[in-house]
Amino acid sequence: MAELIPTPPAQGLTPVSLPDVVLDAAPLIPIWSIAPYQGQADRVGALLETHLGLGFPAAGMTFSNGTVSIAWSGYEQAFLMGAAPDASLSAHAALTDQSDAWARLVLSGPLARTVLARLVPLDLSPAAFPVGAAARSMLGHMNMLITQPEAGVFTLMIYRSMTATAVHELSQVMAMVSARAAL
Amino acid sequence: MRVEGRGLIDRNTPVKFQFDGRQVTGYAGDTVASALLAKGVKLMGRSFKYHRPRGVMTAGSEEPNALMEIGTGDAAIPNTRATVQEIFDGLVAQSQNHIGPLDRDLMAINDLLWPFLGAGFYYKTFMWPRAFWEKLYEPVIRRAAGLGRMTRAASPERHEKAFAFCDVLVIGGGPAGMMAALTAAKGGADVILAEESAHLGGRLLSDSQQIDGIDASFWITDMRKALAATGRVRVMTRTTVTGAYDGGSYGALERVARHLPSMPDLPPECFWRIRAKQAILAAGAHERHIAFPMNDRPGIMLAGAVRSYLNRYGVAAGRNVTVFATNDDAHRTALELQSAGVKVAAVIDSRVDAQAQGDYRLIAGAQVIGTKGRHGLREIAYRRGSRTDTLITDCLAVSGGWNPAVHLTCHLGARPLWDAERQMFLPRPDAVPGMTAAGACNGAMSTDACLREGLAAAKVALKALGLATPRGLKPPMADDRAGACETLWHVPGKGRAWLDFANDVTTKDVAQSAQEGFRSVEHMKRYTTQGMAPDQGKSSNIAALAYLADTTGRGIAETGTTTYRPPFSPVSLGAMGAFAQGHGFAPERHMTSHAALTARGVPMIEAGLWYRPSYVPIPGETTWREACDREVGMVRNAVGVVEVSTLGKIDIQGPDAGAFLDFVYTNTFSTLPVGRVRYGLMLREDGHVMDDGTTARLGEHHYVMTTTTAAAGQVMAHLELVAQGLRPDFDVRLISVTEAWAQFSVAGPLARDLINTVLDQPIDDAGFPFMACGTVKVQGVPGRLFRISFSGEQAYEIAVPARFGAALYRDLVARAETMGGGAYGMEALNVLRIEKGFITHAEIHGRTTAYDIGMGRMLSPKKDFIGKAAAQRPGLIDPGRERLVGLQPVAAAGVLSAGARLFSAGDPQTRVHDQGYVTSVGYSPSLGHMIGLGFLRHGPERIGQKVVMVDHLRGLRVPVKVVDPVFFDPEGGRARG
Repeated sequence: MAELIPTPPAQGLTPVSLPDVVLDAAPLIPIWSIAPYQGQADRVGALLETHLGLGFPAAGMTFSNGTVSIAWSGYEQAFLMGAAPDASLSAHAALTDQSDAWARLVLSGPLARTVLARLVPLDLSPAAFPVGAAARSMLGHMNMLITQPEAGVFTLMIYRSMTATAVHELSQVMAMVSARAAL
Repeated sequence: MRVEGRGLIDRNTPVKFQFDGRQVTGYAGDTVASALLAKGVKLMGRSFKYHRPRGVMTAGSEEPNALMEIGTGDAAIPNTRATVQEIFDGLVAQSQNHIGPLDRDLMAINDLLWPFLGAGFYYKTFMWPRAFWEKLYEPVIRRAAGLGRMTRAASPERHEKAFAFCDVLVIGGGPAGMMAALTAAKGGADVILAEESAHLGGRLLSDSQQIDGIDASFWITDMRKALAATGRVRVMTRTTVTGAYDGGSYGALERVARHLPSMPDLPPECFWRIRAKQAILAAGAHERHIAFPMNDRPGIMLAGAVRSYLNRYGVAAGRNVTVFATNDDAHRTALELQSAGVKVAAVIDSRVDAQAQGDYRLIAGAQVIGTKGRHGLREIAYRRGSRTDTLITDCLAVSGGWNPAVHLTCHLGARPLWDAERQMFLPRPDAVPGMTAAGACNGAMSTDACLREGLAAAKVALKALGLATPRGLKPPMADDRAGACETLWHVPGKGRAWLDFANDVTTKDVAQSAQEGFRSVEHMKRYTTQGMAPDQGKSSNIAALAYLADTTGRGIAETGTTTYRPPFSPVSLGAMGAFAQGHGFAPERHMTSHAALTARGVPMIEAGLWYRPSYVPIPGETTWREACDREVGMVRNAVGVVEVSTLGKIDIQGPDAGAFLDFVYTNTFSTLPVGRVRYGLMLREDGHVMDDGTTARLGEHHYVMTTTTAAAGQVMAHLELVAQGLRPDFDVRLISVTEAWAQFSVAGPLARDLINTVLDQPIDDAGFPFMACGTVKVQGVPGRLFRISFSGEQAYEIAVPARFGAALYRDLVARAETMGGGAYGMEALNVLRIEKGFITHAEIHGRTTAYDIGMGRMLSPKKDFIGKAAAQRPGLIDPGRERLVGLQPVAAAGVLSAGARLFSAGDPQTRVHDQGYVTSVGYSPSLGHMIGLGFLRHGPERIGQKVVMVDHLRGLRVPVKVVDPVFFDPEGGRARG
């Protein structure tokens, strides 16, 4: 029997490299949504703490233990990334596998913030959006979950189906910003 | 004429550009206006209505006269102010609004006809014959009037749009703005300092002034360094703040590369949206012209502009300059010209007690009453008491005082306040929340006062931000004399006196407006078009309303101003809509089969943001119908494959998931067994159908809902509203899993055979009956299988994680092709569902009810659900409503048309006799004729009757038979088999 070959969302589209800014795709990893049932948030947090050393993040936050992270992703909801949640959580929270729903694009380099200032209507200065912050926002017209896992490195999570548009729009802005920087 | 030793231009860098086809050489740092003036070119354009020769009047963005077309081809931009446009090698500038050469404009005939062309002349003149308006008058008037030309094709320029955030936005980089920015930054605020021109400094660059006892240019350099040293100030030059909006939002236009030759990827402009916690308006002031007779000739300029050209650009605006002023400030013009070696003919001051400030001829208590010189000023006439006299002069520097630039303070609806003592409109305090005005825009007319106000405004901003004022910061020593000023709006006399130079509005027009009853300033504006040109009346509004006040015998405060709206200066639509050209208008959503389909050259159609295959042609097929008919036959006789990932999939979990679904669907889902799928109908609160789809029960507390492609977002938002707002008591969690799964419909008599070739564990009909669902392994990958059918055939929807979608699609299609089947598209899918009478949003278009579509029995009487009460209103269950029926042409070859209307046979085919309409049509290869769905009054009761289908648009009149909406396999045996 034949084997199904996986196709990553940004296959053939990335990397896009310019002198001071690089767009690349992050590897496919498990992404699970965790939405605690009524009154279960503390219990879910405790279980996450026990199993992974992570809590349940407050709005706009992420926690990371180095390999696995959990990012706030919306009202009473977080995305666990890098591992599947322990089965014991399913009694206390709705879990869904979101691993294939998102393209994770990584924008880095000294001009990364300047590029994002063209497409994202958020204040991404270190003071307003520090390392470890998470926000639901827009990339152009596309819904996005944005995080900053390390200083100056941004992970942009957009719907898988919109990957081509996202890469196109980012590349276009990267070229404009680079041309400006060269003035 | 260039003046040695003056100006910020770089005399070592000559720059060549074209004006009206001639090559002109200027220097780096010149604007088009300064470079032309330096060459003695005074005639730069023609006026709007009378085609009067016009020269440059100002040195800033308020310029009404020197409007030019910049660039060539489709990138040409009309109405660019030559006073703002910096020159670069290869720049092409053209004067506007003339037929023939600029100096021999054929349309100048209008100037001779001026007695007939006053305000509103065309409203009165071109009333008959009526038909002539559209055919003759309007085209001729349009040709004669207007400024600049539009290019026909879209501009090839690609602009940029960006967001910025700061604690304090300082608008204007003059002394007040720089002082404010430095103070705010030293107090710990993050500052954006936006300056419209290319350099910080404001009027300090235009006037010779000293600060702290040394030339102001040194202070500017020191300030630039000090601002940079704080590490908190982002200086944005060539950036005009164009609008103040709610919540501390400001719009700004940056001319990123308008001063450079075109370069790949470099955006010419950037439209900024700035969020500022506090703002300081330090926008300066605009000098007032005076409405004296024939005040519009090339060579008549504002006095401050004459100083700007001298000190910023090293250009003398004339060889023999006369100053006409009402104030002490304008006398500087004479002094500075003299010190630069330019001859000053005289200073004519309207004040009897005016004192000369230097060694020049002062004519006090006099007014200019006439001018001569067709293409450039030659002579002026003035009156002193009862005596009149003339003066030979080639440049008249006029100053009637200054108008604070209060525009941005009015953008949220506030009106400025008239200060009777200072005779100027001042910003209303708190006109824009969080904005403080400082400097000349706040009426502070000396440099010393500007610096102090800048510092004070920064203190206000810092306090509001909860920051302390930095210690030891003092304004430097500067000129504290604002000078005396008299107001003189208008000098009576023979000849026209212009108020609005850009739109050719004279005092006579304003007087006529008042005489005809348009006495309100807003009416006067619209009647005369005063202030409605590209300069938006920056140099004319106040003068015009002052003249109106005078004419109507009211005060200026009582007369008031017109409304100042954004943008402060023109913003190109290309900049506002940056990134949205072409496909940038909306994101494209690609299915996992996208690459495989486009590689086959399949035509794609848009469904919302998604791209789906229209039809999947094979070699030899030349029309879509051939492909569609084959694909329908393939599904009816073998097996077809189509990706259905675009349908919304919502994961619903929680102890109350069943109860939640019972509340949002008309039918019951809490009783659905695990491992089963049910069709559901969802109503809006008003009782009309919102969406339909199937929902599968995957576990005790776990469902997955399918929505239509079009309504996926709407349904998700609706469910969130229900969960968060209407029924927060339900313990239920929702999340979209649309993107997580690649899902394919496999339909046809051979569907199960095909599915079994990819499943690790084969299924059979008994173990996996119609409307069953469950988890499966697809070539080792965990997936989901649903036995549902939108074609009426035996059909499955197979889902795998999206990363495997591309591979599974290619695999399924290849296998189907070996079985006599293959891929199909939306056209075939549509025909298949019409044959079965299945509805889409063509039928549930927002105005139909469950009763209308024949699903009245799906409204459960046993429970409450959204829309239940409203759906039972008598008007919504009236049998006379337009209700769903099937339609087929009486003659086999008859054509049906979606959107056509239905009429009873024998009725006139007019609106009042309308009986219904056709929603979906298609050619059914299974039946050999066209079929359609539609809504007809008393529909189901009329099955078997004949009606007439009329498509008024396409001229179709076709007798049709009303039939049951299910055309094919009405028992449904094929789907269950």
